[in-house]
Amino acid sequence: MSLDIQVKPAEAGSKVLPPEVIKIRNLDFSYGESQALFDISMDVYEKEVTAFIGPSGCGKSTFLRCFNRMNDLIDIAKIKSGTIKISDVDIYDEEIDVIELRKHVGMVFQKSNPFPKSIYDNIAYGMRIQGIKKSSELDSTVESCLKSAALWGEVKDRLNESALGLSGGQQQRLCIARALAVKPKILLMDEPCSALDPIATAKVEELIHELKKNYTIVVVTHNMQQAARVSDRTAFFYLGRLIEYGPTEQIFMNPENSQTEAYVSGRFG
Amino acid sequence: MEGKVIHRFSKRFSKKAFFENLILNILRISTYLVILFAGFIFLDIGINGSKAIFKSQAPFINTDFLTQKPETLHVFEPKHIDKKLKEINAKILSTNIENKNLSNLAIEDSKKNDLLIKSLQAKYHVLDKQRKEERLLFSDTEFRALEIKPSKSEYVYETYAYSGGGIGPAIIGTCLLVLGSIAIALSLGVLCAIYLSEYSRPGKVLQIIRLSILNLSGVPSIVFGLFGFGMFVLFFGWGVSMIAGWFTLAIMALPVIISASEESMRSIPKGFREGSLALGASKWTAIRTNVLPYALPGILTSSIMGIARVAGETAPIMFTAAFALRDQLPWEGLEKASDFIFQGVMALPYHIYVVSSKIPQNEYTENMQYGSAFVFLFIVGFFAISSIVLRIRVRKKYKW
Repeated sequence: MSLDIQVKPAEAGSKVLPPEVIKIRNLDFSYGESQALFDISMDVYEKEVTAFIGPSGCGKSTFLRCFNRMNDLIDIAKIKSGTIKISDVDIYDEEIDVIELRKHVGMVFQKSNPFPKSIYDNIAYGMRIQGIKKSSELDSTVESCLKSAALWGEVKDRLNESALGLSGGQQQRLCIARALAVKPKILLMDEPCSALDPIATAKVEELIHELKKNYTIVVVTHNMQQAARVSDRTAFFYLGRLIEYGPTEQIFMNPENSQTEAYVSGRFG
Repeated sequence: MEGKVIHRFSKRFSKKAFFENLILNILRISTYLVILFAGFIFLDIGINGSKAIFKSQAPFINTDFLTQKPETLHVFEPKHIDKKLKEINAKILSTNIENKNLSNLAIEDSKKNDLLIKSLQAKYHVLDKQRKEERLLFSDTEFRALEIKPSKSEYVYETYAYSGGGIGPAIIGTCLLVLGSIAIALSLGVLCAIYLSEYSRPGKVLQIIRLSILNLSGVPSIVFGLFGFGMFVLFFGWGVSMIAGWFTLAIMALPVIISASEESMRSIPKGFREGSLALGASKWTAIRTNVLPYALPGILTSSIMGIARVAGETAPIMFTAAFALRDQLPWEGLEKASDFIFQGVMALPYHIYVVSSKIPQNEYTENMQYGSAFVFLFIVGFFAISSIVLRIRVRKKYKW
């Protein structure tokens, strides 16, 4: 089953919404007996940054992990009802090849998890498991991915050194580059900056801004300033429910819901 | 105690502190005791065993002992010395008895007797040395090659089974048994551990599997031996053979290998699996590329250690694979290649058991017992050390 995005011709006028890439309708999700997500419906638009905010345990990471079926790894995790469509394909259909889905929807984790291999091997991993062995192809992809992750200048002389020798921020950008190497259309980021210092965070945010040109990005964050800085749209979650979803300025400047207002103004959470 | 100022932080005697100290010392003494016992065992075997292995002339290693087949030892002791020794022994014995029967008052006599015993013992020592110089020792082959056998009128003639020659076939047999069972146990154990740690879903069935694996490790080795005998030797019709021994040893080592491998795979961070799955790896690809390589050092070390331990057992091989005596090496006299795995072999643990329990103990059999034990310790130690070396090398390659 093909998952290629059908790119619609750009329409004139800035008010027109870009095409929806991910469509979620009435999603109920539970871990065993305890329900984690309640009746969530929203759309994620192409080549935008969508931020999920909310206090810890509100289900935003769980929700994010539904998009590339990472929740499949947990035995008791189950979608009770509702659909998630990516490019109009129901990704929880039985006919879905999860591997193809995950190539299409890349993910960057909260804790940077470079493999204990060289920098080069880390980036090339995704291609190698697809059976690409040609070194010229690998070389060029590694270089282009590192360049898009703004890491090339820092590591080009030590591609064969262990990735674990990099700093925390560099490791996280390496993980982003690694995710780019399998040529996804959508990038999921699960609190990508939570373990980084302000300077490294600024670099990753800058990178997200750059990547927006080519990728649809969904980012989970604890940091409201970060959401305000990087995202086009923000969704506020609380206790497993989507409280409010809209353009970022609106959420932060003029929220409709009182809970959203309380959270973004720092009164709780 | 005028010089000492007592303030609120100064040390005072308290029951609590006393018990603290007491417990510390009990723990310390127990630890030292264990080390002392272990050291004593190793020292005993090392000292006595090195007499059989090493010699004073170059090349300093008794290669005959390591390479030759076990043979019967023929001993000829010079009769005239033997007779004198027996006389002295009898005299020492009788004086001792006499000494015991003396009343406490006869201190003078007692002292005299003590002196007598001492002089007799010194004389015995000298004669014993002379006996060792004049005695004749032959292994079986040497004895048969002799043209003129020593006359029975001059010598006391005795034979000791297995005490001559060397332990070559037993060394080779043990190494073959260990290597074969490593191959079987490692592959079976690692496959099982991969399933248990990566694929199986928690539930009743898994609990039962775990419980039975745990129970398997508590089964006495003789039971494994009987099981192997019934299953492989009789039911499968493999006879007393190397392959029956391999499987018996492997099954015995499996619980250790499975739990150790599972443990090392579980200790691999979840991020490695998630990271590779998120890049579009299949589950097996993720395990193969990002779990197994990093778990390998742990798996290898504990597995080889486990096998080395099991390989020292006599019970599982004595019905399944070991011969008390086989004067052919495993590659000698084979009709077809497949016979190689269907033949019994000599093995060091069984050899030690045979020479220590089936024949009388004396100075002539001691060499073989301690020598075998020493070589065996060395082999087990070699496997253990090589597993550690392997671990360090693999660990260096896959460090995180």
